[in-house]
Amino acid sequence: MQARVLEAYQLHTLIGLLRERGYCCVGPTVRDGAIVYDRIAGPTDLPVGWTDEQAPGSYRLKRRDDGAYFGYVVGPHSWKKYVFPPERRLWQLKRAGQQFERVDEPSQTPKYAFIGVRACEIAALRIQDRVFTGGEFTEPEYEARRELAFVVAVNCTQSADTCFCVSMKTGPEVKSGYDLALTEVVGESHYFTIRAGTDRGREVLASLKTSAVNEAQRSAANTRVRQAAESQTRTVDTEGIKELLQRNYESEQWKEVAERCLSCANCTMACPTCFCSSVEDVADLTGEHAERWRRWDSCFNPEFSYIHGGEVRKTTASRYRQWMTHKLSTWFDQFGSSGCVGCGRCITWCPVGIDLTEEVRKMRAGETS
Amino acid sequence: MLPEAWIVRENLRETEDVVTLVLEPGGSAAPTAFAPGQFNMLYAFGAGEVPISMSGDPGDPTKLVHTIRDVGPVTAALCRLQPGELVGVRGPFGSHWPVADQQGRDIVIAAGGIGLAPLRPVVHHVLRHRGDYDDVVLLYGARRPSELLFTGEFESWRQSDIQVVVTVDHAPADWTEHVGVVTTLIRHGKFETEQASAFLCGPEVMMRFTAAELESKGVSPDKTWISMERNMKCAVGFCGHCQLGTEFICMDGPVFTWPRMRNLITVREL
Amino acid sequence: MKGLKEVISEHAFFADLPDGDRAIIAGCAQMASYKAGEFLFQSGREAEHFFLLRHGKIALELQAPGQEPYRFETVGEGEVIGWSWLFEPHKWQFDARAIDDTSVVKFDGKCLRGKCDNDPRLGYDIMKRFARVLVQRYADTRLQLIDVYGKQGG
Repeated sequence: MQARVLEAYQLHTLIGLLRERGYCCVGPTVRDGAIVYDRIAGPTDLPVGWTDEQAPGSYRLKRRDDGAYFGYVVGPHSWKKYVFPPERRLWQLKRAGQQFERVDEPSQTPKYAFIGVRACEIAALRIQDRVFTGGEFTEPEYEARRELAFVVAVNCTQSADTCFCVSMKTGPEVKSGYDLALTEVVGESHYFTIRAGTDRGREVLASLKTSAVNEAQRSAANTRVRQAAESQTRTVDTEGIKELLQRNYESEQWKEVAERCLSCANCTMACPTCFCSSVEDVADLTGEHAERWRRWDSCFNPEFSYIHGGEVRKTTASRYRQWMTHKLSTWFDQFGSSGCVGCGRCITWCPVGIDLTEEVRKMRAGETS
Repeated sequence: MLPEAWIVRENLRETEDVVTLVLEPGGSAAPTAFAPGQFNMLYAFGAGEVPISMSGDPGDPTKLVHTIRDVGPVTAALCRLQPGELVGVRGPFGSHWPVADQQGRDIVIAAGGIGLAPLRPVVHHVLRHRGDYDDVVLLYGARRPSELLFTGEFESWRQSDIQVVVTVDHAPADWTEHVGVVTTLIRHGKFETEQASAFLCGPEVMMRFTAAELESKGVSPDKTWISMERNMKCAVGFCGHCQLGTEFICMDGPVFTWPRMRNLITVREL
Repeated sequence: MKGLKEVISEHAFFADLPDGDRAIIAGCAQMASYKAGEFLFQSGREAEHFFLLRHGKIALELQAPGQEPYRFETVGEGEVIGWSWLFEPHKWQFDARAIDDTSVVKFDGKCLRGKCDNDPRLGYDIMKRFARVLVQRYADTRLQLIDVYGKQGG
């Protein structure tokens, strides 16, 4: 389908159409000095006229001199919280004779429309798809939420200092995995180019008031996306990276990074692909009712690797090694791709500014020195 | 995935801190076939869930047999269960000892401590198909005689032409079997190293040294399997806890060929 | 009954020893047997022998007053026991007691030391054989020390 032009003021119509179709719209919004993902009622809930400045260990919101809706990149949240919630009660059981009886009502699967999904985030969702639905077992709740979710993607027209999606070949241009994809152009006029990637996307697009895209409009949109790519300064050389990390289990570099790493788990919480979780079983005082809770967990938590007798990974060095090696290397063995999409969240949200891309560079340098 | 309720039929005390639970299907549970070396997630109601290997006869799936050592709150709750009480079961999960594929070969089973429990289904399989194998040797080590499992069955195993060679680290004066670590038993089993398939289960250090010793005696590393243990929450590859390098112990294991593990388990804190 | 040279050549410890050497050392050897419970040697006594086990099992023990003897190792068929004959002051450090009825080839250490002194090549060969056994026992002892089957051990 050809791209069309959607005037900026029509964004509220798009959100309205999605709401009419039963979608709970979630998207970027400003809260506590950051752009987070939350429910949005309309375009005015978006971070209109805001942008972000990111660097290792640093994140600041700043005013733009225009009214752009999507004039920033990614914040501390990612869409995984909607498809794989941070905390879930999985079930409640009671003992009933010779069996367990489920006493909680199976909850209805929420039907989300994700507004403003970036190319790297689509890549992240696809990675989690492989984790939760691509193997022998399927995570039913993830699968149901993911299938229902309507993805309104946005091409990035700027990059943060911490972005490296070009290196990871995930962005900044959205190429697939969306229902609708927008590119925002703010200048003398303010509009989106919009295209549909699925039937349900086409159906919504057909209900919108759009016009044909002219050459100048197409060029303006393409230029902005290209400039976002060209402005990226952070890079990762991915050539042979799987083997690089797996032959460096004993590198001294892990000890060096552990001198800075606080083992705080921020990188794993912010990462859009990290999927580790833990469960806790609890019972009420009578002992007749029990429930199981699942919560996001992190390989940086000491008890994560506990087996009777103690933790397997006692040192921060071993935990950082596990995280980075899993993300960039063993993920290939397990799921057929890298676990990193180059979004840069782990760099921005690391309280001491540890830079994954720099660690890869050092590891390569360490081998040749 | 919901745990299915099974009913404790027997709670057999094996040693001071080890019991064997014999389970039968509860209301909605159905018997499920399993292969030697696989495990179930056992749920102590309201207390938690832990991975425990089957220790019973894979030829009799009407009941589940699990041998459990009390090492923490959940295993303690499981060990306390009395006949008639319920236990939750999810499974079976994981890879298995490929004993059925070793026809015509010698079988070496080397176990340390509680490690005999996941290997007893191999013994059961051999007992049911004794004619399929040549020499069969069980090498078993524990700290002291009171910590040996299944000693009441050794005589009947021996009568089925399984060599049972036992050693302990610490022995009272009336002990007439071997004293020393389990690796020292390898020279006392009668089997042809070139045609032997070996199944090892016990603490990681014990398996490392036993596998190395078997290899030095001529047993092919590709015909040596070990069973691994890591923290597990889900058993289906989602929770991420049980990773060891490239492997998910819950799905790719717990049983691995020795060459697959050899280089991973010698890396500290991997 | 098998001859001494044949028995020695069948035993793992000297299996690949050249025929000539085997003839030399056989001159220092004799067959012996011990009933279950009988001592092969006791600590503090002159150590002038070592033993190749043919059948049965021998326990190495340490005696402590008021306690059961502490049995820390057993040696079985195809193994060798005793190396104090090699090193001064040629005194046994532990007790060795037969657990089963046991048959051995018993070597006279003083005799063999003399032959090794006269023929350093043979001496080196025998020293290597004992060193290999010592290294193995040392490694076994380490594993025993770390209490591999214990809760803390994994």
